[in-house]
Formats: sequence, C-alpha cells, structure tokens
Amino acid sequence: MLATRVVPTLLLKNTGLVKGVKFCNHQYVGDPINAVKIFNDKEVDELVFLDITATIDGREPNYELIEDIASQAFMPFSYGGGIKTIPQIERIFSLGVEKIILNTSACEDISLVRQAAKITGSQSIVVSIDVKKNLFGNYRVFSRSGKLDTKRDPVEYAKELADFGVGEIMLNSIDNDGNGKGYDLKLVQSISEAVGVPVIASCGAGQLSHFKDAVDAGASAVAAGSMFVFHGKHKAVLITYPEYKELTKTFKGN
Amino acid sequence: MIVILDYGMGNSKSILNMIRKAGGDAKISAEHSDLRQAKAIVLPGVGAFDNGMRKLDDLGLIPLLSELIIEKKVVFLGICLGMQLLFEKSEEGMLPGLGFIKGHVSKFKFPVGGKLKVPHMGWNVVHPISSSGLYESLENESRFYFVHSYFVHCDEIENVMARAFYGNEFTCSVRSGNVYGAQFHPEKSHKFGLTFFKNFLEIIC
Repeated sequence: MLATRVVPTLLLKNTGLVKGVKFCNHQYVGDPINAVKIFNDKEVDELVFLDITATIDGREPNYELIEDIASQAFMPFSYGGGIKTIPQIERIFSLGVEKIILNTSACEDISLVRQAAKITGSQSIVVSIDVKKNLFGNYRVFSRSGKLDTKRDPVEYAKELADFGVGEIMLNSIDNDGNGKGYDLKLVQSISEAVGVPVIASCGAGQLSHFKDAVDAGASAVAAGSMFVFHGKHKAVLITYPEYKELTKTFKGN
Repeated sequence: MIVILDYGMGNSKSILNMIRKAGGDAKISAEHSDLRQAKAIVLPGVGAFDNGMRKLDDLGLIPLLSELIIEKKVVFLGICLGMQLLFEKSEEGMLPGLGFIKGHVSKFKFPVGGKLKVPHMGWNVVHPISSSGLYESLENESRFYFVHSYFVHCDEIENVMARAFYGNEFTCSVRSGNVYGAQFHPEKSHKFGLTFFKNFLEIIC
C-alpha cells in the first residue's frame, strides 16, 4: 500500500537554510548540502526546498545551488522560489529536480500552471498556497512570501488550479507556521474535499500524531519544517527524521 | 558505456547521479554514434506518451532502437514513461508505442474526492516475482518512489517482473530478454534504488 509521504520543507535564504514563525523572524539553521546528505542517510521520503526571497528580491532561482542539491538528493526533490517562466522551469528540470513549485507566479497568472503541466505532465507541477485568516476569520490566499493578500478564497483557488492541471497542492497555513501545535485541519479538510489531486498539509506540525490528524482530515502527504530542524524547547538546531517503523506505526489504519 | 537517452523527456541527470553512486558511469546523449557504441541504454521519461514517441521519432531513434535492442540485444532499461513506451499502445495517446513488449497502458480510475488520488505518487512496496536480476539481494518490503497516472498490462505473464498495489494490484516492473522496465523511479529511491542500479551494473558486466 502507498505510504503517506512525510516531507521536510527546507527554506533557503541566499545560500543558507532558515526557519521562522508565521513566515517571519527567520533563523539560520545550516548549510543546504549538508542537510541533504543527512536526510539521505535518514531515508527521507521527499524533500522540498523553497527559496523564500527569490521573488521578493526579483531574483532568478539559484541554478548552481539547485544543481548541487539535486546531485546529492537520492530522493524526490522539489524546488520553488522565483519561478516565473517556462524556460526557467525547463532549466530547473534539466538540473535533476523532480517537481517545481509555483506560488506567486500562479497567483498572478494561472495559465502558467497549464503551460507547465503540458511540458512535463501534471505530476511534476506543484502549487503552494499560503493561507491566512483575515480579521473576519475568513481564509484568504496570500502571495509574495505571505506579504500580499490576493483576497482569494483558497477553496475556489484550489479548484481553479485543479482545472488548470496542477499535480499537487502544498497547503501552508501562515497562522500555524512554526507553532508546533498541529495543522489547520479545517483548512486541510476543505481543500482535500474540493480537489482530486493530492494535498500536502504544511505548517504547524510539532509531533507525529499531528501527521495522522492531517491524513485523517484528507491530506495525502504531510510537510514539516521546525520539527525536523529544531530540537527541544530552546530550539537547538538538530536535523532529525523519524524512523520508517515509527512512521508506519503513526499511520496505522490509514 | 551506458547511454542515458536524452530525448528531452526526463530526469536524465538524476539517473546519472544514481549510476555514479552505484559505482558506474554513463553518458547523457541522443547521438546515434553514442547509442551504437552503448553497452546498455536507459530510457528515462517524465511526461505524456505521445509527446515521448514524437520526440523519439523527431530524433530518428525509433528504427535505431529497434535495431539495437531487437537485433543486437543491447541491454535496455525503461523507467516510468520510458517503460510505458516499450508497450504497443496507451490509453493516454494515439501514437503506437515501441512495441518491444506485448501489452498496453491504461489509466488509474478512482472516484474523485476519495482516498485514492491520481497520480499514484509516493513510496510503495514493490513485490518482485523472484529475487534475481534487478531484484537480487533487495530486502523484503523494499520501497520505491512512484509518480504516475498510467500503468501497464502485459499480454504475457512471463514479462511481469514485479507488482505493487494501489487500489488494485498492478505490474510495476517488466522484462523481456534484454529489455527491462520499471514504473517507479529507482534513481530516487535511496538505498533500494542504489541496490537496483548495482544489480543493473552487474547485468551489463
């Protein structure tokens, strides 16, 4: 049976790895190549790298770094950050990346999703949706690393993405990012029910039981950042990943 | 020399990285002269069936592959779409496949909103028919990474090398003489994929 994917999300700022809370206050946690080597040894299911400043700085993706990471990643590896055009996407795939992740560019021009899916097939195209509750408690899609309110409803947006051929949706709750208290399950459920493509729950995981909660809410995969890079209440940097047996036990019955 | 066929449809670089990790080397190329010297050819593939066949045709590779694989018995490994192209036809497209293995390709069909999503994406246990060839010394419950919406049906059961389960049991690896195929991505399946490629290098020696 298909195992639930448990995906470490690693954030790149310039050439270092960082992690924050609610998309802010990013702290340096280490070197990306070193992290990939550790995650290789730990037989991690998949890795996500997001360059969180490429779009804001108006930068191209760092192709050299992506290639270095890919050459060490003997597991599926997705890259997102600063991708705006089809030639960029083709170049990233040629470096040995399995999936590309769009965020701001899909918000601004959804037809990019369809064009990208045509080249490589939907399965390689992920759209990351950053969601935050507004003052009235309604979910809204944000772009530009959580800085711009697009005023869109995430369920409607997810359905639209599915129509445009997205292969997978990575669903980030800005409110829960880095809090370790669990995923926004209501959000996970509403999106998973609305679309036929896999949904990766992201932001908020602090313990293994949170993974199961997300899967019970309809997620096909779970992502976590802090949980795999920090240890203890003082947040000492330590790269970890659960053993396969632990994960099997966690998802028993799913 | 192993040639990873570069027809613009795959993650050639990832395959090269894993072959190197397994202790071998390969060249990413679509040059006929390279293919003629190849001891083995790997056909990667990410994307749509017709697009794959069209690109092989554009590069004038269809008759050359038939010559090398059918007549000269060069070892051939198709991965993911590269395996599906070995078959006669696919529900995904109109164009005929390479037809090196008898059978066809069809799509996973499950109810929308249910637990089984398409594509079948993630790690699944591969059950080899026998622990020889590409599956030698693989531990029980070996997991490999899959990303696909279509799967193959062999007309002849002796071509089935391994099965996996997603909604139903399906064929995830095939062989016909010197022609091998894997639906999953051994190049992205860490230690299990490493064993797979070490076995592949053994077969070529």
